[in-house]
Amino acid sequence: MKKVQLLDHAVLILGALFMLVPVTLAFMTSTHDAMSVYKDGLQMTWGGHFTDTYKTVLTEASGFTKSVTGLTMLYNSMILGFGFAIGKIVISMLAAYAIVYFRFRFGVFFFWVIFTTLLLPLEVRILPSYEIVQGLGMMNSYSGLIIPLIASATGTFYFRQFFKSVPDELVEAARIDGAGPVKFFIDILVPLSKTMIAAIFIIMFVYGWNQYLWPTLITTDETFFTLVRGMKQILAVWVGAQIPETNQAMALAVLAMLPPVVIVVIFQSWFVKGLVESEK
Amino acid sequence: MASITLNTVRKIYAGNVEAVKGISIDIEDGEFIVLVGPSGCGKSTLLRMVAGLEDISSGEILIGDRLVNKVEPADRDIAMVFQNYALYPHMSVYNNLAYGLKNRGIAKSEIDQRVRKAAEILEIGEYLDRKPRQLSGGQRQRVAMGRAIVREPSAFLFDEPLSNLDAKLRVQMRMEIKKLQRDLKTTSIYVTHDQLEAMTLADRLVVLNKGQVEQIGSPMEVYEKPASTFVASFIGSPAMNLIPMKKTALGWEPEQGDGVNFDIRSDASEFIVGLRPEDLEILGDGAPLGAGLAAKVVVTGVEPVGAESYIHGTLGEGGQEVILRAAGKQHYDIGQVLSIAAKQEKIHLFNRQTGKREEEISALQPA
Repeated sequence: MKKVQLLDHAVLILGALFMLVPVTLAFMTSTHDAMSVYKDGLQMTWGGHFTDTYKTVLTEASGFTKSVTGLTMLYNSMILGFGFAIGKIVISMLAAYAIVYFRFRFGVFFFWVIFTTLLLPLEVRILPSYEIVQGLGMMNSYSGLIIPLIASATGTFYFRQFFKSVPDELVEAARIDGAGPVKFFIDILVPLSKTMIAAIFIIMFVYGWNQYLWPTLITTDETFFTLVRGMKQILAVWVGAQIPETNQAMALAVLAMLPPVVIVVIFQSWFVKGLVESEK
Repeated sequence: MASITLNTVRKIYAGNVEAVKGISIDIEDGEFIVLVGPSGCGKSTLLRMVAGLEDISSGEILIGDRLVNKVEPADRDIAMVFQNYALYPHMSVYNNLAYGLKNRGIAKSEIDQRVRKAAEILEIGEYLDRKPRQLSGGQRQRVAMGRAIVREPSAFLFDEPLSNLDAKLRVQMRMEIKKLQRDLKTTSIYVTHDQLEAMTLADRLVVLNKGQVEQIGSPMEVYEKPASTFVASFIGSPAMNLIPMKKTALGWEPEQGDGVNFDIRSDASEFIVGLRPEDLEILGDGAPLGAGLAAKVVVTGVEPVGAESYIHGTLGEGGQEVILRAAGKQHYDIGQVLSIAAKQEKIHLFNRQTGKREEEISALQPA
């Protein structure tokens, strides 16, 4: 009994270390100055330059054109993350609503068409997608970053499954209570889907936040750079005669990690609820 | 308040399955009608057609004088109570009651007044702020009823509203529904597969089988004069004994078993004889046989249920099974032979081929 518990804890501690050490390493390194990092490699101790590094990273313009600060990048990432998550939820909810509640010709067929797009991730269709966005003149814009990726087969699928589990009597009761399709959706279905929305929000926010390939293609204007994108830029630009600012890159990485963590912490109880139970 | 008229209403599902085969019923204003039948008889489909939740394949449905075939459920001025209550889980009890009124654009003060009145009638006033999941089954049932009451509709439609409750609560709610309906005098259609619920609630019963009406009548009419063997076996518990009998050279004999003394003059050569378990009297030894039917029954089992016992037996050794209902706590042995008799006016006769009720037995002269 005791032995088993010890083993359990050993496994858990090992797992926790496995996750936390790299993060700690990144954070500790970011509190040193560039020189000591260059000389002594990555650091596991407190360096005392926390405020300097983070202030520089957040407020000092960097990049080729010296027009983008850490704050701008953070802002861009936020817009991408929220735009992604909210957009995907709205679109996939509406799509699932149509598929589940309206008898239209080829409804099932369309569902499977949407579903099979899961087999075509962004990387596979990146050239045509780029071509279209470029043709529409949406390069270097938030809409160009968000809209082309907003359709979500995963989201549609999850909402479809959820809507299917809502008892038919609820729809019928609402019909007798005089709620039309729009009212039923807003008054009944959306509140019922709260936990599901929260779960999908987390997944999609993190997914959007961590986008790298798409923003790299669509944004050439540095003012539209996201954190994930900008991190690499810092190292690339400052290598040369100068000492590479590894500490600043690490600081950016830590900053880039924070918002998804915050979102998950806030929504985690809902997240679990949304996946395992539903309020019915 | 309004009458409801069904005129040869039909429902044909895809694949040419006819769930409701041309049913006509005239429901009077304020009447409590119960649609009863086994599962799959089309009773729920019929109710849902009245509600507007199912399309009508052919025929007409009128609520009051208005043809509602193409009218949306919300505009039919009906309220429905569902089997699983179908309360909105995220809304408080108050909002559950108020939702339908809000959608109709009724003034806030009026809504508040109606909700509180309904809550008072149903004694759910103290739960108005709770969510449905914080309520017990019986309380949810009341909320579901409340949602129907606040609408002040011209008709209530009940779709097996009590089948999710436990037996005790069911009896209690049954009485309350009946009382409520009597007080409000709202025309009601109630669907159930429970014959006891049907008997106790209905002003008039509609017994359905395979999408057709078997019989319409008051509960006692249906009980005392079942129009067919189906109704006879469906209404009443334990079910009516149905004994196929044929005319032989020696007189009338049961198809299976013997020891039956029964005589009528009829051109028919076979009948199904129906006998309610409580109409079979157990005779003491040597008691005289009156006019009617007499038989010897071999006891095969006894079910004491307290005030009375159900005695299972056969007509002679290995014959047709019959059930009798014996009052009191008298003891019966397995294998014991009982003399039983039924008075002539208590005997039901059904046509062997069609299962329909034959003319009154009193019209047939005993031989």
